[in-house]
Amino acid sequence: MASRPVTTESAPVRLLLIGGAVAFLALFLLLPLTAVFAEAFRKGWEVFLAALHEDAALSAIKLTLIAAGVSVPLNTLFGVAAAWLVTKFRFRGRSLLISLIDLPFAVSPVIAGLVWVLLFGARGWFPPTAMADAFAPAAHLAASLAEYRGLGWLFTDLAAWLADPKIIFALPGIVIATVFITFPFVARELIPLMETQGSDQEEAAVTLGARGWHIFFRVTLPNIKWGLLYGVLLCNARAMGEFGAVSVVSGHIRGETNTLPLHVEVLYNEYQFSAAFACATLLAFLALVTLGMKSAVECFTGHQSTGHK
Amino acid sequence: MPKRRVIPGFGLSMGFTLTYLSLIILIPLAALFLKAARLGPAQWWNILTSPRVIAAAELTFGASAAAAIVSTIFGLLVTWVLVRYRFPGKRLLDAMVDLPFALPTAVAGITLTAIYAPNGWIGHSLSQWGIQVAYTPLGVFVALTFIGFPFVVRTLQPVMEDFGSEYEEAAATLGAGRWTIFWRVIFPMFIPALITGFTLAFARAIGEYGSVIFISGNLPMKTEILPLLVVSQLEQFKYEAAAVISSGMLIVSFLLLFLINLLQRQLNWQNR
Repeated sequence: MASRPVTTESAPVRLLLIGGAVAFLALFLLLPLTAVFAEAFRKGWEVFLAALHEDAALSAIKLTLIAAGVSVPLNTLFGVAAAWLVTKFRFRGRSLLISLIDLPFAVSPVIAGLVWVLLFGARGWFPPTAMADAFAPAAHLAASLAEYRGLGWLFTDLAAWLADPKIIFALPGIVIATVFITFPFVARELIPLMETQGSDQEEAAVTLGARGWHIFFRVTLPNIKWGLLYGVLLCNARAMGEFGAVSVVSGHIRGETNTLPLHVEVLYNEYQFSAAFACATLLAFLALVTLGMKSAVECFTGHQSTGHK
Repeated sequence: MPKRRVIPGFGLSMGFTLTYLSLIILIPLAALFLKAARLGPAQWWNILTSPRVIAAAELTFGASAAAAIVSTIFGLLVTWVLVRYRFPGKRLLDAMVDLPFALPTAVAGITLTAIYAPNGWIGHSLSQWGIQVAYTPLGVFVALTFIGFPFVVRTLQPVMEDFGSEYEEAAATLGAGRWTIFWRVIFPMFIPALITGFTLAFARAIGEYGSVIFISGNLPMKTEILPLLVVSQLEQFKYEAAAVISSGMLIVSFLLLFLINLLQRQLNWQNR
């Protein structure tokens, strides 16, 4: 009779532990996920589709895409630059810098919104009235540029904004709050990855005469592409799903400053549960795609992601 | 003469990183602390010891600690099962652990509320036992456990995967039983990772907003959390009070992260 190895438990104990873990995960993760879709389809397909076709829902989707479309590229650029800086070079204050990059993880989303209200709100350090005065010459210039036929239309919105430079309760506030929240995601994925890869290959490229950007695109990027992709996905998921920070700066103007998560909240508070959950399925679907891509990336690279805080 | 750097891009990446970090993170946070500093210590004390703030702080820190403890216990169980055993559906479960990271908090909030409301899937059964979860402090605890538990798994998992079997084999040859091996040999090795996971879950729970406000019911003095109190101060245009409460929360969070850093440094030093 083969006796079991000393480094594992007896079969009943194993089954008990697996059962406990599966039960916990089913109750805490699977059940909520199922509930999103069950609630969304409770009143049938028509209600579901109508909720997504509503004007307010479409404008919320558009705003969510804009916020993610600005913050994800910005933070990707920052993530690559910061990871390059702290993994390829050694300098004084390096570990402090790494801690500072992690800082937004320790900041409540509500506070991430509040700081912008304190800076740009009506009673903030740079209120819209003061900025309108400061921007007056620029507004004038943009207004006259907008008069031109041809490309003048490019400046119409800019001129209007410069004349009344609202940040809080407007699109720019939503964008910068999202940038704040998603700030560390790409850097956090890239730093451990590039740290373990070292800089031997880049140094070899330098001795062979390669120049800066050439080294990055031909040597570094192929090595980090999966980690970068995963960081971008996480950043995007958080950008599209952010609620607390955006809720503080948005002012909840329906059809104007509501992102998709805020639209879900508005519908929910108006007791339109099926519509709220219908919009929530879009966000849940985004989460599932992100998780699926994560598993795919891990399969490709054969390495476990370090996870993100 | 300073050593020449071989790899290019130091100046550019340093300049961009510092500028961006300052504009997006450091200056806004400094503005918050400056706003709070406009009030004197006496006013700070008045705001932070007002009954509503104390009630919210007790709920926030209490529910966060309870949730982080439960997350740590179940996180240990789930990680153990995921790392040590093979069973069908394991990869799927492993991927599912990250769901609370990826699912927007507002979606988590309304979904947990729907499940635990008195007419929900779980809430209905619990209400027959006289237990109400939604719109009570228990609901806050459930939401924070949902949010916090992946931190424990993802912190513990790499440590457990690297843990070789030689210690267990040595203990077994010395005659230790399985239970003794677990408590005396394996578990002590995981304590630092468990503490780190606990602290991360706790720190995240303190600031959590979206998943809590739907299930908590938001009654002042009863089920109001600190982040919500900040929002309600803001809506009443009490900017200074909001800044003071936020500064207090930030100081606690920064201290927690500082402690984790110390712990990690200690560990890296030990493993060298």
